[in-house]
Amino acid sequence: MSQALHAGPPGLSIVRRVEAASMRDTLHAEWTKLRTVSGPAWLLAGAIVLVVAVSAAATAAVKCPSGTACPVDTPKLSLTGIEFGQAVVAILAVLAISGEYGTGMIRITLTAMPRRSAVLAAKAVLVAGLVLAAGTIAVGGSVLAGRFILPGHGFTPGRGFPLLSLADGPTLRAAAGSVLYLALIALLSLGIATVVRDSAVAIGIVLGLLYLSPIIVSVVAGDPVWSHRLERYAPMSAGLTIQDTTGLRGLPISPWGGLGVLAVWAAVALLAGGLVLRWRDA
Amino acid sequence: MTATITPQQPGQQTGRDGFAQVLRAEWTKFRTVRGWVIGTLVAVLVTAGIGLFAAGASSSSCQNASGSNGGPVRTGQGCQTGIPPVGPAGYAVSDSFYFVRQPLAGNGSITVQITSLTGLLPSTTSNGSDTRPGLVPWAKAGIIIKESTQPGSAYAAMMVTADHGVRMQDDYTSDTAGQPGAVSAASPRWLRLTRSGDTITGYDSADGTHWTQVGTVHLTGLPSTVQAGLFAASPAYQAISENFGGGENGIVAPSQDTAVFDHLSRSGAWPGGTWTGDYIGAADGSGIGGYHQAGSRFTVTGSGDIAPAVTGQAGDVGATITEHLVGTFAGLIAVIVVATIFITAEYRRGLIRITLAASPRRGRVLAAKAIVIGSVTFVAGLAAAAAAVIFGARLASARGSYVYPVPWATELRIVVGTGLLIAVAAVLALALGTVLRRSAAAVTIVIVAIVLPYLLGVASVLPVSASGWLLRITPAAAFAIQQAMPQYPQVTALYSPSSGYFPLAPWAGLAVLCAYAALTLGLAVVLLRRRDA
Repeated sequence: MSQALHAGPPGLSIVRRVEAASMRDTLHAEWTKLRTVSGPAWLLAGAIVLVVAVSAAATAAVKCPSGTACPVDTPKLSLTGIEFGQAVVAILAVLAISGEYGTGMIRITLTAMPRRSAVLAAKAVLVAGLVLAAGTIAVGGSVLAGRFILPGHGFTPGRGFPLLSLADGPTLRAAAGSVLYLALIALLSLGIATVVRDSAVAIGIVLGLLYLSPIIVSVVAGDPVWSHRLERYAPMSAGLTIQDTTGLRGLPISPWGGLGVLAVWAAVALLAGGLVLRWRDA
Repeated sequence: MTATITPQQPGQQTGRDGFAQVLRAEWTKFRTVRGWVIGTLVAVLVTAGIGLFAAGASSSSCQNASGSNGGPVRTGQGCQTGIPPVGPAGYAVSDSFYFVRQPLAGNGSITVQITSLTGLLPSTTSNGSDTRPGLVPWAKAGIIIKESTQPGSAYAAMMVTADHGVRMQDDYTSDTAGQPGAVSAASPRWLRLTRSGDTITGYDSADGTHWTQVGTVHLTGLPSTVQAGLFAASPAYQAISENFGGGENGIVAPSQDTAVFDHLSRSGAWPGGTWTGDYIGAADGSGIGGYHQAGSRFTVTGSGDIAPAVTGQAGDVGATITEHLVGTFAGLIAVIVVATIFITAEYRRGLIRITLAASPRRGRVLAAKAIVIGSVTFVAGLAAAAAAVIFGARLASARGSYVYPVPWATELRIVVGTGLLIAVAAVLALALGTVLRRSAAAVTIVIVAIVLPYLLGVASVLPVSASGWLLRITPAAAFAIQQAMPQYPQVTALYSPSSGYFPLAPWAGLAVLCAYAALTLGLAVVLLRRRDA
């Protein structure tokens, strides 16, 4: 209420904003758009529920019978839901831009804020921020579920599986890295959606890019050169190495290196999106 | 030109809201949107292209096989050893065993008592030449009537096994149980095989006087003179453990078994006169075997197996044509996108109101759309799968890797089934697009429902039991239609989704996807009728 009182006459306010469409105004406009439609909130809630539910279900499905050695990477197992949750995150990010193309809103947006790269940057900042927040809750819930479920399934501290705890360095890296992974998936999706505009095509490309590489790797496993290449440079295979806490020497790429590969994918997609947005008619 | 000046016929007027017209309208819509046609072509290209990439990339499988065989494998263009022969049914088979034989001319029979079956297993502590006593579960020895000594030729055999009692097996895939229990001097087993034309009958007995018929088989085209005698075979010892990281790891090493035969008796014409012992099916001399005769008492030692060749064993030599269809996943994604937009674009552009005004019977509109998208994607999937299977096999053999042969009927089922899988997935996407009216959500749900359970099933930390359930109850069950090799209880292997075995039968798996598509389509028709457009 007090803000409304302090704001000057409406006409004056608009003129001021066109004169200096600062990054702050762009962010505010984009935040209003995201906040006032029901889709993003539902998608974020859905992503959290899906990540935690799938993680808990996968953890509950694996049991370590007594007397056998179980080479299980328990932190990675308890974060299995990320593989599903990233699909919801991708929808959120794709809709953030292609929703505007679908309704024609993009022309109004670009008229109001002619600095097109700033619009994309504002969307990227907000989508990434929202996903980071939701991802933190989802990953926290998954780790908590793993902490409760794992000891009952034979993964006890006495057998070399300490309780999952964020105080443990590699577990913290896996958990925090998974949150960053989701944010990078969102940025990759936003970039691709900006290039192709149509939401269905964008989501198809994103999911294909993510899910195809592990399937192809499982088939070309006989070819060490190609399976190594795919595991090193495909966005999902490389990015999810951030979740590995055991057998780090055998990984095709180091955990942070893998996340870096995904970051390069996201950066290239956003860059392409930014360039296309600048050059193309809306 | 003539068509434009021909006046409209009365028949066309009355048939305006007929189903054929609705169908034609939907076909025209599909055909004239460039993006949809391009999307369908992309589906064909990625399905075939990724499949051919996989076929070419797996060229090093011969070198992997050399580890288990020990000898040089790569000779010239292809793998010379390690390639299994092809059995009468068209599947690859293992056919290596020690055979003590004589020719049998015309009808006749052979009867023998077996008093012991013992064996040697590789030591688990080292992978060298150390051995320990023991038998693999399907170590087998007995009597056999075989078309010829050519590996892969037809046969029928009665045998005792280590853990599975007396069995009658024929032509590699058939297996019939006889008396249960293990053989010993105190509890011997009598076996008999009788040939009468193309018919071979197997009997077993505990005492040599009371006989029970185990089975009768017809080996069509059996020549009048066949090879008959005693055999011993022991499949390679495998310690395959399921790897929690996906896939499996294990050791594989030859094992051997020794059977003591007594009271050998024969009827019919046996023109050979003397027994010949040799190892069948190992040209490189790697087979273990030998025999010793003292009167009617024979001691035969052998290794190898007479059984279908399967994937999922340690030291697996080749690929199946299923692996050349890995591009189906990429094609599916493209098809799902096109099929979803086929309806959601109408909502976005408002065209749906015109469509429904022109054809007020809404269920028919959706049926027409389903038929158009289903037919187009079926043809596209069929073409892509046929290209991937045909050229994939050629490419793989040119690159020197082995592809398990399958009967033409299986190959046809896989190719047609892949087309159906893609078509039904397209109908599911169309139906879900109608229900949700939003393309992004519909595309994601269908892709996640079909592709992710498969991904979790074949390449994840989930145990085989959990991934088995995922591949039973989710739409991903449909990938069972692409299974190339059947499972055999008489062959030890890790029958998991990651080695190409699905929990449901091929058509049952496809039926699961069809059920999802039918339910969603039903819901879509109900909603389309009730809702304002």
